[in-house]
Amino acid sequence: MDFGDILHTIFNFEDYGELLALVQNSIWAGAVLGLLGGLVGTFVMKRDLAFAVHGISELSFAGAAFALLVGADIIFGSLAGSVAAALLLGLMGVRARDKNSIIGVIMPFGLGLGILFLALYQGRAANKFGLLTGQIVSVDTVQLQMLAGTAVVVMIALAILWRPLNFASVDPEMAEARGVPVRGLAIAFMVLLGISVALSIQIVGALLVLALLITPAAAALRVTTSPRLVVLLSVLFATASTVGGILLALGSRIPISPYVTTLSFLIYVVCRIIGNVRTKRGINGRTGIPLQAAGRPAEDRAVAG
Amino acid sequence: MTPVVSLRGAGLQFGQRALWKDLDVDLRAGEFLAVLGPNGSGKSSFLKVLLGLQRLHSGTATVGGRPVERGSRKIGYIPQQKSFAADTPLRARDLVALGVDGHRWGLRLNSRIVNERVDGLLDLVGARDYAKVPVGQLSGGEQQRLRVAQALATEPELLLCDEPLLSLDLNHQQAVSALINRQCRERNSAVVFVTHEINPVIEYVDRVLYLAGGRFRVGTPEEVMTTEVLSDLYNSHVEVIRANGRIVVVGLPDATTHYHDDAHSGVEEGH
Ligand SMILES: Nc1ncnc2c1ncn2[C@@H]1O[C@H](COP(=O)(O)OP(=O)(O)O)[C@@H](O)[C@H]1O
Ligand SMILES: [Mg+2]
Repeated sequence: MDFGDILHTIFNFEDYGELLALVQNSIWAGAVLGLLGGLVGTFVMKRDLAFAVHGISELSFAGAAFALLVGADIIFGSLAGSVAAALLLGLMGVRARDKNSIIGVIMPFGLGLGILFLALYQGRAANKFGLLTGQIVSVDTVQLQMLAGTAVVVMIALAILWRPLNFASVDPEMAEARGVPVRGLAIAFMVLLGISVALSIQIVGALLVLALLITPAAAALRVTTSPRLVVLLSVLFATASTVGGILLALGSRIPISPYVTTLSFLIYVVCRIIGNVRTKRGINGRTGIPLQAAGRPAEDRAVAG
Repeated sequence: MTPVVSLRGAGLQFGQRALWKDLDVDLRAGEFLAVLGPNGSGKSSFLKVLLGLQRLHSGTATVGGRPVERGSRKIGYIPQQKSFAADTPLRARDLVALGVDGHRWGLRLNSRIVNERVDGLLDLVGARDYAKVPVGQLSGGEQQRLRVAQALATEPELLLCDEPLLSLDLNHQQAVSALINRQCRERNSAVVFVTHEINPVIEYVDRVLYLAGGRFRVGTPEEVMTTEVLSDLYNSHVEVIRANGRIVVVGLPDATTHYHDDAHSGVEEGH
């Protein structure tokens, strides 16, 4: 296979119009997951849960593999696995260091279990591979409806929790003093995260959920700290990655995930460069008098008042 | 008039160790109470009790005439300083906004009202110039002003401040304590001000609660900050010197190294 063949395998746009009509469901699914991933991702970043997402996804994979093995519904299996993992982490408490080591312990265990179940499974190999690397192209209408329905429920819950969850994420001590149920919110968010991970796995696979739940939000945070813009950009980046990835992957035999992860990676790199340039130029939103002189007049105002 | 804060026979202990007990204190509106004492004497815990985050071991505590409750809107709280990581996704004005509506369920639908309120609070503490700067990129003094603004968001009857001057330079110490005093005098809020250095607030303090060695003393600074009282509290000879309206405590026991250092720097400033 020469380079041209490889390129042709990766990008193949023959009969594009007809293919497009066939994968409409998949595109919608990608858009729904982008929206969900972008929203949930901002809180994952604020709560420093990137590693937890990875841990949850491995257990979700184990759940899905088990479902495949015993002939149960795969989505249900992956939901069960990830919600169990998320609850475990949520109940285990708040200490980050402890949490990270527990995730580090759970992760290979879940992955190992998953591989065991897959090895025992006698069915189609494509099913096995799909769990790890995603298989969006085969979304049917029923699946899409179920996906969208679940995503809407998660988003409504997120909207209800939004302000106190944000408070508890960025300023926990103060939130607690203000009567915000910090601990309850932590657990509630882990459940929402677990569901989101399970849904995302259907598309990008267990190995690559980070590209949906972390990278877009991380990229957005590189270029802005305005809460609204962070959410907006994060959703935009995630949706662009999933939908863009599907459109690029259309004609080829390659799974969808490399396209999605590459797009989201490129977006991140660009955002990172923009962020670095801004930092170097000292652009941080400060107005009025330059930094050196800023202290004095403000001081006088405050004391005189 | 009912006192803003009232403790009766209040005691707190962790395991076998009593931090303080049989504490009776009333705090009226507009009164400024400084809470002093060595590290680990239970100053922060005292505030936690009033916030409803820490249950008393014995006795009762009321705020605004009612038993303490978590999340009371009557209380503004400035937590012990812990600076934000440089990449915290929060701008100065967002931090203040948390104090306005951060505890409410749902999404913010009335942005305009909240924004106006936040602008007012930022003006109050002179933080308008850095309203849009990420908090992690602000100096300790700037962050502390924002904490004051955040705490004042509910127009509290009671302001609880946990070492708000810690690690601030002299300018910011004066500015922050002046802001808190202004809330006390102009808005008639009661203030509980935990500090290990009384001098920056000496002109504002109405009464002192001194915690040490499982015991306490309450009174005016003149009554409490004396050689006899502190020597008795510490169970060893402590010398209190007054010079130019400042109070310098010399010879504190070793267990309180932090305070000790501060007392020395106080002596040097006094020369
Ligand atoms: N929840 C708790 N459980 C056990 N011990 C505690 C708890 N909270 C505080 N302490 C202990 O009580 C003592 C007083 O703490 P603190 O109120 O923070 O003191 P301060 O603010 O005066 O330095 C410390 O020795 C601390 O270890
Ligand atoms: Mg303390």
